[in-house]
Amino acid sequence: MFKYFPHTADDVQQMLDVIGVRTLDDLYAEIPEEIKLHRELDIPSEKSEIEVRRIIQGLAAMNKPLVCFAGAGSYDHYTPSVVPFLASRSEFSTSYTPYQAEISQGTLQYIFEYQTMMADLTGMDISNASMYDGSTATAEAMMMCMAAAQKRNRVLISQTIQPAVMAVCKTYAKFHGVDLVCVPEKNGVMDKEAARELIEKDDVAGLIVAQPNRYGLIEDFTGLADLCHEHKALLAVNTMASALAVLKSPGEWGADIACGDAQSLGIPVGYGGPYIGYLCTKEALVRKMPGRLVGATTDADGRRTFVLTMQAREQHIRREKATSNICTAQGFMCLYVAAYLSLMGPEGMKEVNELSYASAHYLHDELLKTGRFEEVFDGSFLNEFTLRYKGDAKALRMALAEEGYLLGAPTLFCDGCLTIASTEQRSRQEIDELIRQLNNLTI
Amino acid sequence: MNREYYGKLIFELSQPGRKGYSLPKNEFEGYSLVELGETQLRQTGTILPEADELTVVRHYTNMSNNNFGVDTGFYPLGSCTMKYNPKLNEELAALPGFNQHPLTPAKFAQGSLKLYDEVQKTLAEIAGLSRFTLNPYAGAHGELTGLMVIRSYHMSRGDVARTKIIVPDSAHGTNPASAAVCGLQIVEVKSLADGTVDVEALKPLLGPDIAGMMMTNPNTLGLFETRIPEIAKLVHECGGLMYYDGANLNPMLGVCRPGDMGFDVMHINLHKTFSTPHGGGGPGSGPVGVRKGLEQFLPNPQVIVKDLKDTKDLKAYELHCDEESLGYVSFFLGNFAIIVRAYAYLLSLGKENIPMAGKLSVLNANYIKESLRSHYKLPIDTVCKHEFVFDGLREEYGGDHHSPEHVTTLDVAKRLLDYGFHAPTIYFPLLFHEAMMIEPTETESKETLDAFIAVMKRIAEEAKADPQLLKSAPHDTPVRRMDDVKAVKEPKFTFKAL
Repeated sequence: MFKYFPHTADDVQQMLDVIGVRTLDDLYAEIPEEIKLHRELDIPSEKSEIEVRRIIQGLAAMNKPLVCFAGAGSYDHYTPSVVPFLASRSEFSTSYTPYQAEISQGTLQYIFEYQTMMADLTGMDISNASMYDGSTATAEAMMMCMAAAQKRNRVLISQTIQPAVMAVCKTYAKFHGVDLVCVPEKNGVMDKEAARELIEKDDVAGLIVAQPNRYGLIEDFTGLADLCHEHKALLAVNTMASALAVLKSPGEWGADIACGDAQSLGIPVGYGGPYIGYLCTKEALVRKMPGRLVGATTDADGRRTFVLTMQAREQHIRREKATSNICTAQGFMCLYVAAYLSLMGPEGMKEVNELSYASAHYLHDELLKTGRFEEVFDGSFLNEFTLRYKGDAKALRMALAEEGYLLGAPTLFCDGCLTIASTEQRSRQEIDELIRQLNNLTI
Repeated sequence: MNREYYGKLIFELSQPGRKGYSLPKNEFEGYSLVELGETQLRQTGTILPEADELTVVRHYTNMSNNNFGVDTGFYPLGSCTMKYNPKLNEELAALPGFNQHPLTPAKFAQGSLKLYDEVQKTLAEIAGLSRFTLNPYAGAHGELTGLMVIRSYHMSRGDVARTKIIVPDSAHGTNPASAAVCGLQIVEVKSLADGTVDVEALKPLLGPDIAGMMMTNPNTLGLFETRIPEIAKLVHECGGLMYYDGANLNPMLGVCRPGDMGFDVMHINLHKTFSTPHGGGGPGSGPVGVRKGLEQFLPNPQVIVKDLKDTKDLKAYELHCDEESLGYVSFFLGNFAIIVRAYAYLLSLGKENIPMAGKLSVLNANYIKESLRSHYKLPIDTVCKHEFVFDGLREEYGGDHHSPEHVTTLDVAKRLLDYGFHAPTIYFPLLFHEAMMIEPTETESKETLDAFIAVMKRIAEEAKADPQLLKSAPHDTPVRRMDDVKAVKEPKFTFKAL
């Protein structure tokens, strides 16, 4: 019949006989004729494996590979070969949500490890078993703030958060009834005085801030958690995950919620997905937490085992009263993150950040040396920074792409600027070659 | 499997001084993180393990042996469409050419954008709708996005009073939950004894405050809602829109399209109908399709096609942001690598086999239903679509749920694990006490179904002869039945808490 359908003509006949109908179409007899499709679907004919491979390889070849100096929420870090290799174990990938814990300990255990690692990196007590991406994780954090505050629906968000995250939060806010208010920026970082004025009005459920921010700058949140807590507001910190290993953690800043994208922990840039949103919080807020949670327990023989737990928060039990509608999330990507962090360990994470820091700072300085860029902000940064191009920044970016380089992204609300990133994958030779190409261009 | 090895966490295998990575030497002199200073740098250590590469490989490989997937065995989990996940699709999704940064200018990502557009067009034809976005990440995310489309449509007309959505009592839990996240109030409509929507009960609910109605067809009992044209007409007449929860699309492929049933907006679960792996709980993909006239409300960014130089053959794909759009729901274009897999599946099957997938899934479901009704209670006796629901064991096999010692659906489910089968979805839908929802999918052979049927009958006999055998099941799995209550009462979510 077809390679994915095992039925022989005899099988079909025998099965129809058991059911007591004559043809396969008889199984659809109750459907009104006027809504049935009485024609073939207008889509291409079946293709062999060779043909499918040829078509899709052809599409992949239409894309031009570019040496990546872009970030803005997606970072080109190295993925050890072990990670995709382990992820190809189909015992993991072809399973579903581990409802039957006795035959799902593999999934449950790697999620438990992931939860441990993310809670630890963020300095929180607990992590859930993933959100879709960093932007929806932040939107969930926003709704969590509102749910925890009960009678307040105003949530503040720093203007300096990644534009894609801001955009998704705005969408969710509009429909969910959150009064989302942007805290303006000053010199490239959140204006803390403006935030203070808003929080002191005592009608704010939470404040969402970004680290590093959309310009790549590292912000200083000193005093912010105390201010929020004095006025019964929660503090949520969105951090690029790789940076958690070296920058002051949300927990150290006194945050109540940590959220963001964990793509930077071993997941390829992959044209935007799949990534994995992380959401961590303090134990006191566990019942407001959206998404799946894995907990430890024991089995009938007293062995330590793992199960999905606290399900009374979730949509399949609580329906419209659930903390979120999330069901399928990005569970498999927990395996990517857990395997990546197991290989890297504490030293590897420091080294990755040290190398990314060094290559980004070298690139920053070399770009300035060309005399065609100028500084915009004077704050410190980790592996992403913003510079103003003295010519046409967009034209320069396109011209460099023709030469095989992706130099950052045009910075929104900042004319002529590019926000540029580097990672441990970028060699000095690549950067020097980029500079050479840039010097050859007259844009 | 080596049971001695079971249950060690990676943190328990850590040894100071070991490492599982290698990185290049620092070629950039004169830069160091310490420049950032104490205010900005992390002061506490991390719990991350220190392990060599083989330790990590062996750890996760052993863990995979404690897992059950479609590649391991039959997985009749109702509502989840656990069909075979083709391996070709995995190979193609991993092509290096697709591993681009999302900020790559469209000009240099034409292959990916073309693929996105081909998938959206193919889904539109299969659904009988005008246009799809592939940006939503999962089914529930698609539901939320689709409801945002519906609300945006009403708001664009100044029709702001439409804040209620009708949801049948048999709906998936995500339906009311997504509506709540979208800021809609839920109005529940009851089912009739035959499991379909009570049209008479629906009529008085309709009015100027109704934004629309969510339905899945076939519904969660696996039954086709035959009065759907009438329902759609009623909802449209009151000014509402019809939302189709595509979780149960598989049996309808090429036979009856949601657009032709009268639906305006829908989502599809690529990880159900179009064979992408479920991944132990994602990543999935939840494309949302709309009828003509609603396209502008779809989320940004949108992939659009332009003809170049007046020639039809030369096209350029661009990213476009529509001002009327509901906004952004994702970081970029969704789970792109999942979309590549679905495209490989759509191309492989083509117009000849896509309808056959649906028909064989219905054949398989009805075959199991008819073969097991002698042992399990069939509450609604009619031809089902891709799945059906038993209400536990028949009375003569210990299934009388008025008796406190009765053998429950949970017991049957746990015993199935001993025989090497995944359990069906249990205790859903909520219309029955002992619901057991079975969905075999089209990729299972008659031999597999026969083996499952034989085991289900044997379990029924066991329930009659030795109920305790079921109540203490499973016996032959890597671990035994769990203490779920303890997990809630003494919550431990991290290694540190153990």
